[in-house]
Amino acid sequence: LLRSSQPLTGHNRRRCPEDEKLLGTILDEGERGFIIDTRSAQAAKQARMSGGGTEPKSSYPQWRRIHRALERGRPLQESFIRLVEACGDPSPSMDRWLARLDGSRWLSHVKAALSTACLAAQCLDREDAKVLVHGAEGTDTTLLVTALAQLILDPSCRSLQGFQGLLEREWIQAGHPFQLRCARSASSHARGKQEAPLFLLFLDCVWQLSRQFPFSLEFGEGLLLALFDNAYASAYGTFLCNNEKERSLCKVKESTHSLWAWLDQPEEKQKYLNPLYSHNPLVIWPSVEPQSIQLWQGLFLRWIRPSQHLDEAWGEIHRLVEG
Amino acid sequence: MEHIRMPKVENVRLLDRLSSRRAVVGTLYLTATHVIFVENGSETRKETWVLHSQISSIEKQATTATGCPLLIRCKNFQVIQLVIPQERDCHDVYISLIRLARPVKYEELYCFSFNPKLDKEEREQGWKLVDLSEEYNRMGVPNNYWQISDVNRDYGVCDSYPTEVYVPKSATAHIIVGSSKFRSRRRFPALSYYCKGNNASICRSSQPLSGFSARCLEDEQMLQAIRKANPGSDFIYVVDTRPKLNAMANRAAGKGYENEDNYSNIKFQFIGIENIHVMRNSLQKMLEGNTPLHWKIEERIDPSVKEVRIPALKSVKKSMESNLYLLQLNEAVAEEGVSVLVHCSDGWDRTAQVCSVASLLLDPYYRTMKGFMVLIEKDWVSFGHKFNHRYGNLDGDPKEISPVIDQFIECVWQLMEQFPCAFEFNERFLIHIQHHIYSCQFGNFLCNSQKERRELKIKERTYSLWAHLWKNRADYLNPLYRSDHSQSQGTLHPQIAPCNFLYKFWSGMYNRFEKGLHPRQSVTDYLMAVKEETQQLEEELEVLQERLANLQKSQSGNDKVKSKQQDRSKPFGLYTSNNSLANTPQEYSNDLKSFPSRSPSQGDEDSALILTQDNLKSSDPDLSANSDQESGVEDLSCRSPSGGGCLPSEDSGKDSDEAVFLAG
Repeated sequence: LLRSSQPLTGHNRRRCPEDEKLLGTILDEGERGFIIDTRSAQAAKQARMSGGGTEPKSSYPQWRRIHRALERGRPLQESFIRLVEACGDPSPSMDRWLARLDGSRWLSHVKAALSTACLAAQCLDREDAKVLVHGAEGTDTTLLVTALAQLILDPSCRSLQGFQGLLEREWIQAGHPFQLRCARSASSHARGKQEAPLFLLFLDCVWQLSRQFPFSLEFGEGLLLALFDNAYASAYGTFLCNNEKERSLCKVKESTHSLWAWLDQPEEKQKYLNPLYSHNPLVIWPSVEPQSIQLWQGLFLRWIRPSQHLDEAWGEIHRLVEG
Repeated sequence: MEHIRMPKVENVRLLDRLSSRRAVVGTLYLTATHVIFVENGSETRKETWVLHSQISSIEKQATTATGCPLLIRCKNFQVIQLVIPQERDCHDVYISLIRLARPVKYEELYCFSFNPKLDKEEREQGWKLVDLSEEYNRMGVPNNYWQISDVNRDYGVCDSYPTEVYVPKSATAHIIVGSSKFRSRRRFPALSYYCKGNNASICRSSQPLSGFSARCLEDEQMLQAIRKANPGSDFIYVVDTRPKLNAMANRAAGKGYENEDNYSNIKFQFIGIENIHVMRNSLQKMLEGNTPLHWKIEERIDPSVKEVRIPALKSVKKSMESNLYLLQLNEAVAEEGVSVLVHCSDGWDRTAQVCSVASLLLDPYYRTMKGFMVLIEKDWVSFGHKFNHRYGNLDGDPKEISPVIDQFIECVWQLMEQFPCAFEFNERFLIHIQHHIYSCQFGNFLCNSQKERRELKIKERTYSLWAHLWKNRADYLNPLYRSDHSQSQGTLHPQIAPCNFLYKFWSGMYNRFEKGLHPRQSVTDYLMAVKEETQQLEEELEVLQERLANLQKSQSGNDKVKSKQQDRSKPFGLYTSNNSLANTPQEYSNDLKSFPSRSPSQGDEDSALILTQDNLKSSDPDLSANSDQESGVEDLSCRSPSGGGCLPSEDSGKDSDEAVFLAG
C-alpha cells in the first residue's frame, strides 16, 4: 500500500521519467497495480488546469486507475457544522431532526470513506495487487484511506500499541496538517479556509468498525474521544504543528510531553482498553450498507444525552468479563 | 394438497441479497405449510424454510435469459428471490403460493398441524404459564377499590373484551352496561394497570359515542367511579391518542371524545398518534428503501442514507412521539398519583400501544421475561387486539393490515438500547415474538378476540408460544440484566429528545436474514457464555473446596494442602469469538459489474449457521432439528478461523477499461 500526492502533469501533459521508473519498479513483470484517486474523475481532470492531474495510462501502463470521490475541505467542514447544529437543536420536532441529520450528509461521508478503504483493502487482500492512493495534496483523504485500510487488513494495527503506531505513521508523520485542520472545530464563527474534520471522520470510521466488530479492537470508544479532544486542544505536543519539519523547528520533542506516554501509563491504559477484546487474526470487512452505519452518538450527543445508562452497561460488561 | 400445483421444482436458483451475482442452485419444495429450498451442495445442503403464513407478497418478475424470477417478501422482513428456469413452472408455483399464503379457514393454519410432541398435559400446562388473574393479584386487585366483574361472562356486553374485567368498586353492572352502550364497539372503560403504591390506575376504553352533544349518565358515572377508586386524587386525566383533527372528524359520525363540561373532574388531552393506515404506509416505504439495488426495477446508483433510514425512522417516530406524552402519563400515575383513562377510536390499536408501553416504563416486572409475556397477554391478547385482521392470519381486507404490534416491539427495542441493563430479555426474544405473531405456528395470536379463540378451542387444539419461549429462555437472557441493578428498579425515564431515539436502525429485525449486514460478532452471546462459564467454574470451585475441607479433616496431620485452584481469569479456549464470519468482504463498488467480486465465504458458511442462529433454516428457528446449535453451546468450541486462500474471483470485467470501476 503506497501513498503520494497527485502527479503534476498539468495541461501540457508533462512526463517524468523518474516518477514512472519509481512506480514501474514497484510492480513485477506483468503484474498490475491500482491507483485509487480520491477525487472524482472530473475533479482530477480539472486539476490539470492548475498544474496537477492524474497518471496517464500510456506512461504508467501497468497501473489501473480507480476514482473514488471523497469529500474534503470546505464541504466536509460544512457537513460537520450542520450535523453538530442539528444535534444541538433543543426543539424536539422529529421531522426537523431527521431532515437536518440527513441534510448534513455526514453519514454519507462515513460510508464513502469506509467503502474506499475497503476497496483498497480488497485489492491488496483478494487481488494480491499493489495499491497507490492519492488525492490532490496527499495529506487528507489519502491518509484517511490508507489508515483505515490498514486497520481493516492488519490485526496488529488493532491493538492499542499498534493503533498508536498507525496514528503516528499515517497521520502525524505523514504530514496531516493538524494545526490547520483542527483549529476551531464546529462551533467557531471564524471559518478558516483550511479547516476540515478529516481526522474526526477517520475516528468516526474507526468507531463504526468497533461497533461492527466489538471483539476485534483492543481499545474502546473512550480512546477515540480522547484522541478527538487532543487533536483540537491538547496538553501534549503530539498533534502540534502541521508536519515533522515544523515540529522539529519548534523543538516539539524537547519542549512538550507525548500523548502516547501518558496513554501508556497503566492507570490510564485501563480506561481505554476494550474488555471484550480478543485477538482476531483475520481481515475485518465492515458492512457499508446504509443500515449498518450509525450516528456516533458518543461523540455527537456527548453533552446532550447523559451516558449514564450506557456507562452502567459497560460497567456490567467489565464485571462479567473480569469476574 | 389441492392448492399445490407443483410440489417440486429442480434447478432453482436462490439469489443472494447483497450480491446479484451470487446464487445457489437447489430444489424448491412446496408443502401444505411451508416453502422449502434445499441447496444442491454435497456437504452443506442448507435448507431455507418459509412458512406460508409468513408470506406477505409474491411478485413474478419479467422472464430473463436465466429464467423466471419470483420475489417473495415475508412479514418478518425476509426477502427471497428465486429464479425458476421454466416460465410455466414459475407460474404454477406463483399461483400455488398465492393461494397457500392466503388461507380462508383457520384449519389451514400451521398451528393446527404443528406437533412438538408434547402430551395433552404438557400442552395444558403450557397454556397455564401465563395466568392473568395471577397478574392482577400481583398488581393488588381485587381490593377495596377494584373488583372483578363478570358482567361480560358470556361476552354479552362486549364481544371483544375478555370475560373477566376489573372495574371500580362503585361501578355496578347497570353502570357498566350503560357505559358500554355509549362506547364504540361497546368497549367500556376497564382496568389495564393498577399502581399499588398510590392507588393510581391506567384504564382503557374506546371513544364515546358523543357526537356533538350526546350524553350518557352511566358513562359519566363510570368515569366518576374510576376517579373515586383513587382517593388520593380529585380528578382523572382522559387521554385521546388520536390527532385532534381525527377525533373531531369522528364527531360528525356520531362518535368523538369526552367533553370536559359534561364529565365532572376530568382533564382532557390529545396525543397525536397516526392511525393504522399511516403506520402501514410508513412501513411500506421503509421496506422499499431497505431493498437492495439490483432488485428494483429502476436502478439507483447509491442507496443513500436518506432512502433507507429516513422512512424507517419515520415509521417508528409515529409511535415514539407518543413517548413524550407517555412520560407525562407516567408522571401522572407514578408521581402525581392521578388515574388516567386512555382511548383512541376503537381502543384496540393505539390504546394497546400506549397502555403497554406505559406499563413497561412504570413497572419493572414487565421488563422481565415472564412479565413481558404477561404484558402482551394482558394488553394485546385479552383486550381484543385484532390479530387476525391486522396481521393477516386469514385472507382479509388489506386495509385492515397494519404493523401495530411491530411498532410496539420496536419501541421496546429502542428502550432496550437506551437502558441496556434494564430488561431481563434480549433482542432475540423480541424478534422471535414478532416472528411468531405472523407465523401462526402457535395459537396465541389467532383470531380477533378471546371469544373467537374460545369458540375455535384454541387451547385444546394448538400450543402456546409462551411455553415454547420459556423452555428456551436461556437463549433470550440479557447478560447485563441484574434484578438489583438501578436500571431495573422503579420507573424508567427515557430521554425524549428526538436525537435519542432516531439514530438507530434496527437491522437486527429488518435485515435479520442478511448475513454480513449487522454486527457479526454477538456481544450478547459472548457475555452469556462468559457468565455461564464463570458460574460453572464457581460451582466447581465450591465442590472442590468442599472436598478439600473433607480431606483436611480426614488427614489432619498432613502438611501438604492440595489446593486445586482453577484458573478463573481466562478459561482456556472455551470460548473464542467466532472470527471467521468477519472474513467476508462486501461489495464495495456499488455497481452491478462488481469489482473485485465477492469471494464465497470459504467455509464461513458453517460458522454462519452457528453464530447467528437465525441463519439455520432461515425463517423458522423452531423447526431446526439441531437445537444444540441454537442454544449457543456450540459457540464454546474452539474454532480455528479459516483464513488464507481465497478462491479466484470470477470477474470478467477486468479486461475492460476504467469505465467499469467508476461508481456511476
